[in-house]
Amino acid sequence: MCSLALFPPPLPCGQATLCETNNELLSRSASEDCLKQSSPLSLYFPRESLKPHSRTESSSKAAFLDHCETLWMRSAAAWRDAGLTGLLNEIANSSAEVPKWLSVSSGCVLALLQRISSFHGSLFPHLTVRQMLINYCFTRSDCAVRAFAWHPHTDKFAVALLDDSIKIYNPKSATAPTLKHRLQRSVAAVQWKPLCASALAVACQNCLLVWHVDPCSLSTRPSSGCAQVLSHPGHSPVTSIAWSPSGSFLVSASPMDTNMMVWDVAAESCVPLQRVGGGGVTFLSWSPDGSHVLASTPAALFRVWETRMWTCERWPCLKGRCQSGCWSPDGSRLLFTVQGETVIYALTFTDTPGIPSNTKGPKAAAVVADLSETTFNTPGGDIVVGGEIQSLAWDPRGERLAVLLKGDPQARDRPAMIAVFKTRTSPIFELLPCGFVQGEPGTEPRLMQFHPNFQHGALLTVCWSNGRITHVPFYFLSAGMARHGLGGSPPQPRPEERPADYINQTLYTELTT
Amino acid sequence: MSCLVCTITILAAASVAWAVLLLPPSIAVFVIISRVSLLHPIQWISECVSLLTSATAIFSFILLCGVVLIVGFLNLEYYTVIPSIACSKIALLGQLLHPRQFVSSLVHCILGVIVAWCCAVTIGGRYQTLGYPCTQADGSPQLCLNEYQVILLLAGAFVGYCHSVLGVIHNMNYVSFHTVQQYKYLRFKGSLPLVVKCSAIQALYSVRNYLVVYFFLGYVPRTWICKTLNLQLNRLVCSLHPLDTIAGLLDFSLLYHLWISGTFLLFTWYITLLLFRIFVTEVYSFPVQSSFTEDVHQCLPKVLTGQQPAILKFLALHDLALLSQHSPSRRSEVFSLSQPGGHPHNWNAISQECLSLLADLTQRLVAHHDTVATNGRAKSLSTGSDKKSLSSESSGTILLSSQGTEDVMTPRPSVLIKTPASVFLRSSVGSPLTVPFTPDLDSPFSSPALRRLAGPVEQCSPWHGTVQSPHIMRRGPKLWSTSTGERGLQNKTEHVIPIVDPCAIWVKNFLAKRVLIMYLLNKLPEASSQALFADTQSHIWALEGLSYLVKASFSEDQFGVVQTTLPSILSSMLVLQEAVDRHFKLPHASSKPVRSTSSMEDSSYKTLRFALRATLKTAIYRITTTFGEHLNAVQMSAEHQKRLQQFLEYKE
Repeated sequence: MCSLALFPPPLPCGQATLCETNNELLSRSASEDCLKQSSPLSLYFPRESLKPHSRTESSSKAAFLDHCETLWMRSAAAWRDAGLTGLLNEIANSSAEVPKWLSVSSGCVLALLQRISSFHGSLFPHLTVRQMLINYCFTRSDCAVRAFAWHPHTDKFAVALLDDSIKIYNPKSATAPTLKHRLQRSVAAVQWKPLCASALAVACQNCLLVWHVDPCSLSTRPSSGCAQVLSHPGHSPVTSIAWSPSGSFLVSASPMDTNMMVWDVAAESCVPLQRVGGGGVTFLSWSPDGSHVLASTPAALFRVWETRMWTCERWPCLKGRCQSGCWSPDGSRLLFTVQGETVIYALTFTDTPGIPSNTKGPKAAAVVADLSETTFNTPGGDIVVGGEIQSLAWDPRGERLAVLLKGDPQARDRPAMIAVFKTRTSPIFELLPCGFVQGEPGTEPRLMQFHPNFQHGALLTVCWSNGRITHVPFYFLSAGMARHGLGGSPPQPRPEERPADYINQTLYTELTT
Repeated sequence: MSCLVCTITILAAASVAWAVLLLPPSIAVFVIISRVSLLHPIQWISECVSLLTSATAIFSFILLCGVVLIVGFLNLEYYTVIPSIACSKIALLGQLLHPRQFVSSLVHCILGVIVAWCCAVTIGGRYQTLGYPCTQADGSPQLCLNEYQVILLLAGAFVGYCHSVLGVIHNMNYVSFHTVQQYKYLRFKGSLPLVVKCSAIQALYSVRNYLVVYFFLGYVPRTWICKTLNLQLNRLVCSLHPLDTIAGLLDFSLLYHLWISGTFLLFTWYITLLLFRIFVTEVYSFPVQSSFTEDVHQCLPKVLTGQQPAILKFLALHDLALLSQHSPSRRSEVFSLSQPGGHPHNWNAISQECLSLLADLTQRLVAHHDTVATNGRAKSLSTGSDKKSLSSESSGTILLSSQGTEDVMTPRPSVLIKTPASVFLRSSVGSPLTVPFTPDLDSPFSSPALRRLAGPVEQCSPWHGTVQSPHIMRRGPKLWSTSTGERGLQNKTEHVIPIVDPCAIWVKNFLAKRVLIMYLLNKLPEASSQALFADTQSHIWALEGLSYLVKASFSEDQFGVVQTTLPSILSSMLVLQEAVDRHFKLPHASSKPVRSTSSMEDSSYKTLRFALRATLKTAIYRITTTFGEHLNAVQMSAEHQKRLQQFLEYKE
């Protein structure tokens, strides 16, 4: 097992990770770091600078809006916004205008509905998980950055902010277009279309938007006519999206909808894919070779879809739902984490894409890393690192794996942290410790993504809880390049870090049976 | 070839067989729903069971099997992979009045009556028989007409007719290929709720319309049946309300049974159609090369290049797109060299066919753009001459003018003359009618030749010579009716009206007629664009196939066979890109069609142009990202180099 004990200790307080070079992580004091943030791609979005939407707060809405609308208008609006419950609520609340029997009966129906829904929740426990998850997705409002996406081919990225606007930054151009749309509310994910310069898919509350932002345009506010609206009844809120690497399909999913939609974006048509069990889809990830899609559900179950004929394998987990996952660059290996467990599992898919073979992938997942809590003695005191894993990211060359550890926001000595592993996929799969990536003191990493084509190694972009976006480069020679001997020495792990990085069957059986 | 065509027929037969297999469950559900009585559940269930095992049920099942067989045959006979898009109302009218369509409508009517009879027998009760014994006022026993069965049978005929007419309007016989591949069972399962919903809704509307028609015209068939079968109408004794009064029609149970029967009828037909679509569009894997000479004609390159029914060509292109994307072993066969001689015959045949498809589309787009840009005066795209004989029989007078056009027109390169329909021969069966209107030109009537025919009148026209917008053109008197001299009359109207009263009335009528004519002749917006891209699914596959093959050739092509064609592939894609970009600047070209969700209509042809635009861009990007800077070494014109550079820098 590659446990965290083998990692170099985290940085002392006040230091932030700068980069990796010569096989070690360099750091700098945070204040100095701030001064050095002159790069155009390092951004800072303080929370105060944004005006978050008063989306759900109907109470504040009532304070600002005139109540001269007739009851009918308000009822219609409530129906549109919040469905039947909203309508009943509206009627029950405006008892002055409606007959008494109507308001009383709607109040009763409302109470009945609530009773039924609580009963429903106790019958299907994953539904409550779903609700919690949605709350989590939409109330993560301490960070000004809601979503982040690098363009797969160029140095450009999109940042979705808390005020439901999306900004696009490109170091080669002076303009940073801001995308706003009437339907662009509660942005949960953004992703650029591969093999295309301009298309950006946005997962919104009630729909999917696909923006077409002309890269040559000088406009800073592209009109909403540039956005395609894709919606399907019952498919909301959309929380995860994934483009196929060939750029032909877009898959979208919602925790509230058991259907997973495969969109043909140009034709604006979709094919719902539905399988029994799980209830909703919380996380999607398309393998880089395009042959598989990981779809996790709010229940202790996830599916791996094969994208040729869209059939799926069911993978029941034991403990909790699949929290996050990532694919190796050749699409043959899937790493995933499970809620409530502190280990990383791996699945290997050996069948070559395209040859429909009967050999279903692996029969069971193997544990490749154990990230249980480990205490480090630092000059600033003991720091406990480890625990549950929030997300995984694997760099496009398959040499660095970043693991975002949740930590405990209440406890000072248990910060959220990014642990970075060195990985090799050939000839055998190996995980070696690399180090921790830390930001300014008091900030937590929220989102992270590797740059899709960084020339000198890997570039990890991290969005911090204080609204800052930083880039941590990992300079190394790719294993393939090093073999050809371009003069640099390939990173040599120190001997004491060597042990126990390879998976074995016994360990797996121990953990899951 | 015949083997491959047989394959399609076998697939269709398989789909019909499945539809027949699905009949018993749907009959059972129909019986249960039609006899529903919540108050006596046990009696209800036992009645249903006894009915389902009775001889009448078996007899009606056999009848329904026959109906499904005929519907399946009609599907096979009328299907098309290239939709026929009517560019104006009159073209649509022409389609509806075409003899082929008439035959189809008639057959559907008869089938509708048969299905309705089965329903009537199954529902039983008052619908059971056509006649029943009754006593006249004078006490003599006689056979009277059972109006309930008549109304049900006629409803079947009406719903069948509506189905057939709507099929034309909504292009129901168009078979589209799905981009997302799924197994047949899963696809069927996914579409089943839609089929149920569509048939219920469609039946509701049809029954509503039918009741209106029956209310006004119901006495005609009733009297006719009475006369022919020598039955009596018994209004006094048995039925309190005759059924063509409002009170008679407001019988809830009657309405329910009509609706249920209509739903059942449409459901069986839609299921047959759905299964047919699913079976026919299933991926068919053609061998890339074969070592046996007798199988050579079934190989992908031969099927692609040969004169094939459109469906086979589409299947081959679909297979090409998939193999280029998913299967390395078959790709290596494409890149392989012929054994004696060492020629890349497979690659040459495939790439040439794809490139000629792309070139054809480019030519079509350029020609269309030229016509529109010059408001249809300088050039006119004529219709395929091979279609003339087919189309002339239907659209009468209008065709005359277009034929006249043809003779006077200067000959044009034959590629320009190709309409989507003429490229794929099979489709001519489905879409002969629209051809005079299809290729988007303003209309055949505004062609220069016609204007030359109507020369003197044209000269004094106030619009002559000025630059005209299409709207003015349309208001302009360049219709076929005016070119024969009526225009002169119209000019005179101002003088004539005050003097002669009968003449004024005549002119009034004439103008009214003209409004109707204008309505019929006005082009439907974006229809021309849709018609232009009607067969674009083939181009999309050609683009995907080519780009994936070129991408794979970067690492898999051992003999460098792709390199020789790379410049022409790139330039044809870039030229097409330019033409598509220009086309999307035209009015109506980029407006999105309204999406209809609750219909069996497959409206994917309406968005093909957007799909083509996206696929084209992705295809070019696929090549540029794979080859990167190496593309600078490819021999190309400076303009194309510049264009490619844009793609390399991700600025398109």
